[in-house]
Amino acid sequence: MQFVPAHKTAGIREVEAPNSLVLQFGSDRPLPLDAGVSLSPLTIAYQTYGELNAVRSNAVLVCHALTGDQHVANTHPITGKPGWWQTMVGPGRPIDTNRYFVIASNVVGGCMGTTGPTSLNPVSGRPYGLDLPVVTIKDMVRAQAMLVDHLGIDTLFCVAGGSMGGMQVLQWAASYPERVFAAMPIATAARHTAQNIAFHEVGRQAVMADPDWRGGRYLDEGVVPTKGLAVARMAAHITYLSETVLQSKFGRKLQDRVAPTFSFDADFQIENYLRHQGTSFVDRFDANSYLYVTRACDYFDLADDYGGTLAYAFKGSKSRFCVVSFNSDWLYPTSASRAIVHALNAGGASVSFVDIETDRGHDAFLLDTREFIATSRGFLDAAARARGIAEVKSERT
Amino acid sequence: MSVLAERMSLSRWARELPARIDLLLVAEMVEPNSRVLDVGCGDGTLLRLLAEEKQVDARGIELSQQGVNDCVAKGLPVIQGDADADLAFYPDDAFDYVILSQTLQATRQPRKVLEQMLRIGRHAIVSFPNFGHWRIRLQVAFGGRMPLTRNLDCAWYDTPNIHFCTIQDFIALVHEIDARIERGMALDYFGAPLGTNIPWLWNLLGEQAVFRLTRKNEN
Repeated sequence: MQFVPAHKTAGIREVEAPNSLVLQFGSDRPLPLDAGVSLSPLTIAYQTYGELNAVRSNAVLVCHALTGDQHVANTHPITGKPGWWQTMVGPGRPIDTNRYFVIASNVVGGCMGTTGPTSLNPVSGRPYGLDLPVVTIKDMVRAQAMLVDHLGIDTLFCVAGGSMGGMQVLQWAASYPERVFAAMPIATAARHTAQNIAFHEVGRQAVMADPDWRGGRYLDEGVVPTKGLAVARMAAHITYLSETVLQSKFGRKLQDRVAPTFSFDADFQIENYLRHQGTSFVDRFDANSYLYVTRACDYFDLADDYGGTLAYAFKGSKSRFCVVSFNSDWLYPTSASRAIVHALNAGGASVSFVDIETDRGHDAFLLDTREFIATSRGFLDAAARARGIAEVKSERT
Repeated sequence: MSVLAERMSLSRWARELPARIDLLLVAEMVEPNSRVLDVGCGDGTLLRLLAEEKQVDARGIELSQQGVNDCVAKGLPVIQGDADADLAFYPDDAFDYVILSQTLQATRQPRKVLEQMLRIGRHAIVSFPNFGHWRIRLQVAFGGRMPLTRNLDCAWYDTPNIHFCTIQDFIALVHEIDARIERGMALDYFGAPLGTNIPWLWNLLGEQAVFRLTRKNEN
C-alpha cells in the first residue's frame, strides 16, 4: 500500500491503532448482518467513563450520530476538540459519570477504529473499500449488544443518542426491550423520509464524483477524495442548522471585504463558513465510511420489521422513554418525534415527550440547550431513583 | 385505605393547592392502582397526587413547554400535545380514567374530545366552569357585557375558552354521545360541593362542576 501524505492519515491511524479501548471478535464470533452475510473478524473501538456498580445496574450506552464517534466526553484524538457530547455527559452532567458507567462505541461502518470500509479485508489483505457489506442501524445495534455482553451487563440503565444515535436507541428498545430500562431517542425519526434520503444521496454523489474516489479504492492508490467529501459535508451541514440561525449568524455579511469581488471566491461569510466545515471534516472522516453510515440511515424504517405498524415495535415494552425534539429542527422535525410518541403510546409504553423551543435547528441536541439539559436531567434522575441507583454528591455544572 | 383516612391524606394536598379544589374531588373519583391519563396536566400536581396517594399509573398530556418540562423533571411520563390532536392516537381502553380538568371549554371540538376520552378510557372525569351560574347570567342580562368572574377572568378577545357551556348543556351532551353520568357534583364559590341534587339549582348556583362518566354499555 502506498502512503498518503501525513495530514491525511490521522483518520487511517485511528482505524489501525485507535486511541480508545478495543474489543476484538475472531472468526468464532462473527457479526450477522442484515445484508445476509457475516462480518468477521470484528473490531469494536469504544470508550467508557465512570464505574460500573456492584449490581451492574448503572450502565448508560451513548449512541453517536452520523459522523460522531466514541469520544463522547474526552478530547478528540484527531481534532483536539472536546468530546462531542460534553454538554450532556460528564461529572455533574445529566448523564453523570460520577453516578453512571457510560459506554460509547464507534458504529460498524465507521472510521474511528470499529470495523468499517477502511479496515483490512482479511480476504484481500487490503482495505475493504466497497467490499464491506452494506450495514444497517440494526447491525450497528447488534455489534453494540456484543460489546455490552462482553462488559457483563445484562440490562442497560439507559440508551441515549441523537439523530442517527436516536435511531439506534429506537432499535435497541425494539430489539432488546428487556435490556433497556430507559431510552432517550433525541432529534430523530423512526424512518428516513424521501427528503432525508435525498440529502444523503447528494452527499454520496459528491463523494463518488470526486476523481480521487477511484471507485472506492482510493486508499490503494494513495489518494483521498477530499473535495467530494467536503462538498458532501457542506450540503449536510446546512441541514443541521435552522434558517433563522443561518440568517442571524451570517445573513448576507461579506467575508473580509467591503464589496463583492465579481468572482466565485467566498465573498459571503456563509460560503467561507461552509468551506471551513467541509475542509476540517475531511481531516477526521473517511469518504467510504460516509457512504456506509448515510446508507444505514436511509435503510432505517423501524416499522418495516413489524408489519408496517410502528406501535408493534414497542408493544408491551416496559422501558420508559423520553423523546425529545427541537422545534426548529427541519431534518428530523417535531412531527417525526411525535410519530414515535404516538406509536409508543399505542404500544402502551411509558413515554415522556418534550419539544424544545430553540432556533438552533437539528444541532441543538449537541449544544448546551438549557431546557433540553434540564428535562434530560429530570428524566434520568427519576429513572435512576426507580432503578435504585445510588445518588452521588457532585457539583452540578 | 378507609374513606376517612383517604380524605385526611388528600387534605394534606389541599394546603398545597388551595385554588384547585376540583383536583382533590377528581382524585377522589379515581380508584387506587388504576391507569390514568390526565389531559392538560399542567405542572403535574394531580398526576403526582394520584401516583403518590393512590399508586396510580399516571400519565399526562400538556401543551405548554414549561408544564411538560416541570412534569418530566419530576419523573412523570408526560407528552407535549393537546386534547384535540393527540387523543386519537391512543388505542381503545388504554386507561381506566381519562381526566380533563378545566380544559373542555378550551378545546376546539369538545364533543369529539369527550368521545375520544370515553373510547380510550373506561371512565372520563371532566371538570369545567359553569356558564349558567347566576353571577354570569346577571352580568350578561343586566351588564350587557361578556362576563368576567374570579374563575373566568380573561376578556372575550383573549380568552383561551372558546366553547363555554352550562351544567345542563353538558348533561345534554353526555346523553347525546351515549354516555352515562356515574357521579357528579357542582361546586360553590368556595369550591365546596353543593348540598342539593336538583339540576336547575346546580346550574344556577354551581361555579364549576365535576362529572365522572362512563359508556352507556359499561357496568
